[in-house]
This record gives sequence, C-alpha cells and structure tokens, in this order.
Amino acid sequence: MPEPVLSIKNIEAGYTPSLPILRGVSLDVFEGEIVTILGPNGAGKSTLIKAIAGLVKISSGTVSLEGRDITGLATHELIRERVAYVPQSENVFARLSVEENLALGTLHNPTQHASQRRRVLDLFPDLEHLGHLAAGKLSGGQRQMVAVGRALMAAPKLLMVDEPSAGLSPKLAQVVFAQLVQVKQTGVTILMVEQNARAALQISDRGYVMAEGQEKVHGAAASLLENPEVGALYLGAKSRMARS
Amino acid sequence: MEGGLSFLIFFLIFASFYSLSSLGLNLQWGFTGLFNVGIVGFFAIGAYTSAILTGPPYADTLFGGFGLWFPLGFVGAMVTSGVAAFIVGFVTLRLREDFLAISTFGIAVSIQLVALNFESLTRGPNGMYSLPRPLAGYFDSSTLDNLLYLIMCLLIIAGVYWAFERMVRSPWGRVLRSIRDDEIAAAALGKNVFAVRLQSFVVGSAVMGLAGALYANFIGFISPLDFIPIFTFQVFVMLIVGGSGNNLGALLGGLVVWGLWSGSDQLIASILPPTIQTQAAAARIVLIGFVLAVMLLYRPEGILRERRIVSREARLPNRE
Amino acid sequence: MIQFVADGIVNAALIALGAIGLSMTYNILRFANFAQGEILTIGAYFTLLVLGVLGFGIGAMGPVAFGWPLLASIVVAVGTTSIIVLIVDWLLFRQLRDKNASRITFIMAAFGVSLMGRNLITLVAGGEPKYFDFYIPKTFELLPGMKVRPDDLAIVAIAVIAFIILFAFMNRTSMGRQMRAVAENPTLARINGIDVRAVIRWTWIIGASLATIAGALLAHNTQLRPEMGFDMLLPMFAALILGGANNLYGTILGAIVVGLTEALAVYVGLSGYRAAVTFLVMIAFLMVRPQGILGEKE
Repeated sequence: MPEPVLSIKNIEAGYTPSLPILRGVSLDVFEGEIVTILGPNGAGKSTLIKAIAGLVKISSGTVSLEGRDITGLATHELIRERVAYVPQSENVFARLSVEENLALGTLHNPTQHASQRRRVLDLFPDLEHLGHLAAGKLSGGQRQMVAVGRALMAAPKLLMVDEPSAGLSPKLAQVVFAQLVQVKQTGVTILMVEQNARAALQISDRGYVMAEGQEKVHGAAASLLENPEVGALYLGAKSRMARS
Repeated sequence: MEGGLSFLIFFLIFASFYSLSSLGLNLQWGFTGLFNVGIVGFFAIGAYTSAILTGPPYADTLFGGFGLWFPLGFVGAMVTSGVAAFIVGFVTLRLREDFLAISTFGIAVSIQLVALNFESLTRGPNGMYSLPRPLAGYFDSSTLDNLLYLIMCLLIIAGVYWAFERMVRSPWGRVLRSIRDDEIAAAALGKNVFAVRLQSFVVGSAVMGLAGALYANFIGFISPLDFIPIFTFQVFVMLIVGGSGNNLGALLGGLVVWGLWSGSDQLIASILPPTIQTQAAAARIVLIGFVLAVMLLYRPEGILRERRIVSREARLPNRE
Repeated sequence: MIQFVADGIVNAALIALGAIGLSMTYNILRFANFAQGEILTIGAYFTLLVLGVLGFGIGAMGPVAFGWPLLASIVVAVGTTSIIVLIVDWLLFRQLRDKNASRITFIMAAFGVSLMGRNLITLVAGGEPKYFDFYIPKTFELLPGMKVRPDDLAIVAIAVIAFIILFAFMNRTSMGRQMRAVAENPTLARINGIDVRAVIRWTWIIGASLATIAGALLAHNTQLRPEMGFDMLLPMFAALILGGANNLYGTILGAIVVGLTEALAVYVGLSGYRAAVTFLVMIAFLMVRPQGILGEKE
C-alpha cells in the first residue's frame, strides 16, 4: 500500500481543551484521490480541516504529510508544505483585485507565478477578463473560482476545500464540482468537506462520514451512496434536531 | 500631631476624588468594557458646572455666579457630565470600540479648550476662584472643617458604592457583564445591548462629574491647568491596580495609587534640588507607565480580583 | 478669504502624513494607537539631534528656508524613530498580541506609552520649546489674496511625493499587497502563507517614517515641544474617521477636510477652539455617516 499524502491519526481538537469537538478522528488521503468528509451539521467536519490548518488547537493525535509529522503546524507555514486551504466563507480578499488575489497565492513560489497563473486561467477561463475587478464585486460562483484558483497558485500537493457548494445554486454547484474533477486531473489531491452528500460523492473516490466529533463510516464513494448506515446517521441527526 | 492629622485628612479628601472617579470608571470599564479616555473631561465638566452654579459672580463673566446651595451644584455637575456622556455615547456606542475611546479623548481636549478660551463663562486661564466651600465655618479649626468635608465625601462614596453594588448584582448588572464578556451572545438573548451600555456609560461619567464638583468646591479655585490628561491616566492606573470589575478594588486602588503619587511628590520636593524637579516629575510618570505596562502584561486582574457574582439559577448545568 | 485654503492645505499635509500611520495600525494591528502623536514628536527631536551633530544649520533651497541638511537629518531620524517604534512593539504590543489581549487593552497600553513617551522626551530634552534654526519666513502672493511661503509649498510637495511612494508601495509591491490582505482578513492571509510578523514590522516602519516627516516639518514651521505630537492626535483621529477608517485614500481626504476646517475656524476667529471644532465636525459626521467619506461598513 502506498504512503498516504495526508494521514490523520486519532486526533482530538477543539477551541477549549475541556470541550473537544473532535474526539479521536483518523483519516487517510492517498495521492490523486478526492476524499469527501460528510456528516450532519455540527459533526465536526469543518473543525477537522481547521485543525489540520492550525486554526483549531489539536490536543492529541498526529497529522502527517507524506510521512512527516506536521501536527500543530502554524497556519502560515501550511502553504510552504504545499497544502492549500479554501475556507467556506470569506475565502477571497474582497477589496483586492482578482489578479492580486492570485498573486497572493504564490508568495512562496513567486518564480512559478506566470506558469501557475496560466494553469489557473486555463482551468477558470471566466477569470481571464475579470483580472482587474475587486474580488468582492464578483458573483458567488466567480468568487469560488478565485478562491480555488488562488489556492492552486501555490502548486499544492493537497487542496483542502470547505463546502465549495455552500450558497450556490444546484446548477452552479455542479459546475464547481466539475471544476474540482479537472483540478484532480492535473494531479492535485483533494480533501473536501460537503453537506451536499450525493453530488459530492459522485465526484469522490472515497468518503468519510462523521457524527458527533467522530468518524463513523468510511469507504468507497459508490458504496457510501448505498450504505443505509449513512442515511441513518443523517436521519438520526435530523430527528434529534426535530425533537429539540 | 495636629499637623500630621490635618495632612492625613487632606490626603484622604484628595484620595476620595480619585476613588470616586475610579468607581465611576469601574462601572464603565470594569463591568461593561467601555474604554473612556476622557475621564478628565467629565471631571472638568463637573467641576466647572458646580463652580458656575455655586460660585460668586465675577465682573468679567456673562453667565454664572448663581451662588446656589452646594447640593444643587453637585446635582448640576452630574447632569451636565451625564448629558455630555449621553451625546458621545449615543453617537459612538454602536460603532467599533475605538470610536468611543477617540470621542471621549475629543471631549477631554475640547473641554480644556473651552475652559481655556471661553473666558466669559470660565474666566479662561485666570480660573474661577472664591468658590464656596460647603460645610465650612462650623468649627474654629480648619482641620475640623476639613474633617467634616471628608466625612461628606466618604458618605457620598459609600452611597455610590452601595448603589453600584446593588446595580451590578441586579439583573441589569448581569446584562452588563454578559455584554462585556460576549456582546453577540447578549444580543442574541434579546438584550438591548446599546441601551444598557449607554446607561452604564452615562451613570459612570456622571459620577466622575460629581467627583469634579467635590474637587472644585473643596479647593475653591479651578483653572484649565488642573484638568490635564495625566488625571485620566492616574484614574486608570488606580482601577487596574485595584482590580477592575471590583468596586472595593476601585476604591482601594484610588487610595493606594494616590498614596504613592503624593508620597513621591513629597519625596521629590524634599530631597531633590528645584532645578531638576521637572525632570523628576517626568521620570515618575514614566515609572508609573512602566508599572501599568507590567500590570497589563502580568497581572491584568489587579490586586483584588473580580468576584464572581453568579446567582444559582444563572449557572449552566454541566454539559456531558 | 481664500487665504484659509492655503493655510488649510499645509495643515492638511502635516495631518495626513501623521494620520497614515494611525490608519495603518488601526487596520492591520486593529487598535487606535493613542501613542501616534509621540511618534511625530520623537521624529522631530531626532531630527533636531541629527541637525546638531551635522552642524550645518538647516540649509536653504532657493527661496525655501530649508535644504539638504534638514532633509538628510529627517532621513536619519526616520531610521532611528522606526527602530524605537519597533522596540516598543517588541517590548509591549507583541506580548499583548501573544496573550490575545483585547483591543481595549491595546488602546490602554498605547495611552500609557503616549504619556511615558511625552515625559521621557521632557526628561531627556527638557520641557522648554526648541527650534531647528533661526530663519526669516518670506511670503509671496500665489493667487490674488492668497499669500504663501515657499516653505509651505515645499512641505506640500514633500507630502505629495511621500504619498505617491506610499501608494506605489501599497499597490505594486508584494509587501503592500500582503499588508492590504492582512488588513482585510488576517486568517485568510495566514492561510496564504503571509508572515503577519513581517507585515506588522512594515506597518510600524511606514507609519513611523511618515510621522517623522510630519513631526520634523511641523517643527520647522512652529517649534519643538514634548506635547507637539499629542496636540496633533485629535486632528489625526478626526482625519481617520472622517475619511473612512479602512481606506488610506480616505485618510488623506479626511485630513484635507480637517485641515480646511481648522483653518476656517482660525479665519473666523475661533483659533482657540481649533481642535474642538474638529471634534464637533467629527461627531456630526459620525452621526450621519459613521463609515466615513470613502469607508465601507464593517
């Protein structure tokens, strides 16, 4: 078995040590995969990505990148490890132009700016003519392109995307997912968090289902789509919410 | 002996002006988290209001010199400083907290300019003199006169202290602290955050105004030079040292810091040659600033920590 | 009548130079720096010190009553003032950042630094006013009814050059982009690998450099006093708020409004109330448009 690009072993993490949100989560992402983390609201999906990115404190467990331990890495060092991260909201610099947003993606590989910019614009041709506009003036879908494009400028090995379809129409969401498949085809490994389970699993290789801060089920994307346990986890969360 | 006692009384009267201001600041900063950079401004408004209301008429002013009974001067002082606080608070309390700081600073600067330049009201740099001293003349000795004034100050402080303690323990006080600790959560609970902050700010500033009135009527002479930014700084150091969020700490801080301050004054005056006394006074401020910085960094809770005031029903059940 | 416009513009240039640093700490370090005035003062006193060491006086450039000795001294003072400011940040503000202190703690600390700075200057340089050099100000009529001094024109020119360099830096260099990124979204900035510590250093350096220029030119026009910068603090804050706190162009626009307002106040005989008039304008503006002329709502 090849070494995973990203390997998470049994991490506990949260905003205060006394109240961990993640309670022993393990996960592996292999090269060239799209792996999706699913689960009901409050399952800790976004917290997991934030913990990897150093935005939430990890109290135990390890995160390793291609075998190297990067647990507790400072957020600003992540990009040097060639891990790019697209947060769910406020993921572009609204007052900076599209070109400036892209340029900020290559702080640690400035010599690659021209080639990476070409790659990104080939992937998102719509951005070509928006270069001088402030990113805040763009539509939701265009903004998502800028956010992903900015992340790709760093020529990452691993791209982490938090809910790329949030706030988009189903049609636009499909476009974004199709673009992620194209990103994968350029050799980037993707770890994604999604609410939109069906659409996300359709483009994923594997998936992990989380609930209550723990990883409950994982497997190939196709098998998860048919797994009754997954439905139960969602339904369980829904019926609890309905009761409360 | 008489000299020592009279000095002690004099010292305590001054300490009470500071302690009262510190108490007012505690309501704003300690309990509500509002940063007032213009304490001296509200103090000055109170002092001038009382001087105009209770003072004698002057030949060169157009307005004032009403010679009113002193409690009316005190009440007037609280009203005017409260109104000034209301205006500034109403405009800025909805905005980022820096704006309140900047605006209170603006109040202090502007009041200084009005005091200095609006001569037909304040007599400008000449100052207002011969202000009547309340409760004076009942005794032959000025020490006893001062003692009586001190008792009045202490009664006023006790009254304000009692009122503040009741206020912060009331449901209103709980809202204050919840705003200070988490404004968004308090807003989510449906509390009118703006109104409560404004109330706290106005009441705190009115108490500073009252302190200014007590000062003006005790000293009997005020001029713009009495109201400089160092006063704001002193009161802040007092509250931080005493322990913000603790009313007793606010009073204690006033006493302790004023003791150190006036003690070092005496020391500078007695051991240093007059030629370098200006420098020594400056060095002292640098030293006090250093103490504040160290307190902010290493013991932000002050001498007396904030007491936890949690009623039983307000306590959260343990989460699993 | 239009004389006040000339006076106001010179005033505005000095306020704007000082207020840029205020705007930068406000947006990047996220607190109102009450010690900004003292940076101007320290810059002016360092300039005086270097002038004394050089011993050439302040020089002259044609009709302008200062020349290369003053300009060279300002350049040296820019360096020393920046170092002092970085040391204060390292000793105090950096530690507050590490402790995740509240914004108000920063403001209070800055207020303390302001007072300490003022008194430290009094301690070292004395409290009495000082002058760079003796010169006889000349005036000429630029427009009918508008008398200006060549020095004033030079001051405005220096300010304009400084702003051109500033905006080129902010818009065309990587560090400038990084500074704007941190101002807008610090978390996303860190995700992009921006070293926030470097951004903070540049924030202080730029603010201190422009403040030093402001302080030195103000001192040339008037005199050096330990309170000279502190007296500029309210106009600088007003410029920041009027123009829109999160917009550097707005800060300059705000400074022009404040400069003209103050000059108008002097013109109509309210010279004693300059700062108070500014304050009233600021409060009125906050009521109507709290985000300022060019600012965006936060």
